[in-house]
Amino acid sequence: MNNLNVSKIQLNGHPYQISGGINLNELLKNLKIQKSKVAIEVNGEIVEKNKYSSLVLNKDDKVEIVHFIGGG
Amino acid sequence: MEDAFTIANKNFKSRLIVGTGKYKNFEQTASAVKASGADIVTVAVRRVNILDKKQPLLMDYLNPKSITYLPNTAGCFTSADALRTLRLAREMGGWRLVKLEVLGDKKTLYPDMIETIKSTEILVKEGFEVMVYCTDDPILSKKVEDAGACAIMPLGAPIGSGMGLQNKVNIELIKEQSSVPVIVDAGVGTASDATIAMELGCDGVLVNTAIAEAKDPILMAEAMKYAVIAGRKSFKAERMKKRKYGSSSSPLDHLI
Repeated sequence: MNNLNVSKIQLNGHPYQISGGINLNELLKNLKIQKSKVAIEVNGEIVEKNKYSSLVLNKDDKVEIVHFIGGG
Repeated sequence: MEDAFTIANKNFKSRLIVGTGKYKNFEQTASAVKASGADIVTVAVRRVNILDKKQPLLMDYLNPKSITYLPNTAGCFTSADALRTLRLAREMGGWRLVKLEVLGDKKTLYPDMIETIKSTEILVKEGFEVMVYCTDDPILSKKVEDAGACAIMPLGAPIGSGMGLQNKVNIELIKEQSSVPVIVDAGVGTASDATIAMELGCDGVLVNTAIAEAKDPILMAEAMKYAVIAGRKSFKAERMKKRKYGSSSSPLDHLI
């Protein structure tokens, strides 16, 4: 049953398996990433932080999670 | 505040801005930033490493609540990439003060000024306060200001070259004509280069490689701090006139 509920997305350029119906908050929780330290783009569109819980991921979605690193 | 350094209506104590790239690790980055006394650090936006979740985060070493993060578009070669990067940075935590850099050539890392000016206009319309990396051309830097930049950041020499200010006359001309802060960005190789930029009247200096690639980055960070202070004081003190011949420092009257 569970297997039917698994979809593959593209996460930061890598294939990544998610259970069907998860939203961005849940994805961050699975990845152990703090919401306050990142920004997220889904299919090229920036998602506002207050919409993370309502944005449900679909098969083949392209998700980019970025953060700050050292730079000049 | 005495001799305040004001960018986009915000006052800063230090006129030295430091980059956070090229350090051995985040401990060294944090120590160098502390030694430099900088209030503003530039940071880059990149993908989170999903495969290695144990990787340390910059924010765990430099608290964005106590130091101003200046998101930078380093590495962007098109306007679209630069805009995307800064919009993401704003979403991350409301950063409106940003540094725009749109590069035109991988070898020299010279800025593409057409794309830079176009991007500045768009970002200003979207409510960003944009500090703009640009060439040391007085005409183009004026156009950058006209596009709405809150600070102009002409290069002293190519990024990471450490060659010092190659065109002091242009930097001086840019400073004279600008009504927003002028910050020399790129090219500083050692502390005296930072002093020279400040003595020309520039409002600030941005340094990364000269600190990170010094044999002792922490000591060089401290040297840069004092170099910028010395240059600023020297500029404000207004130097003596140059003379062709010697002028004795001791009076010549009543010689024994």
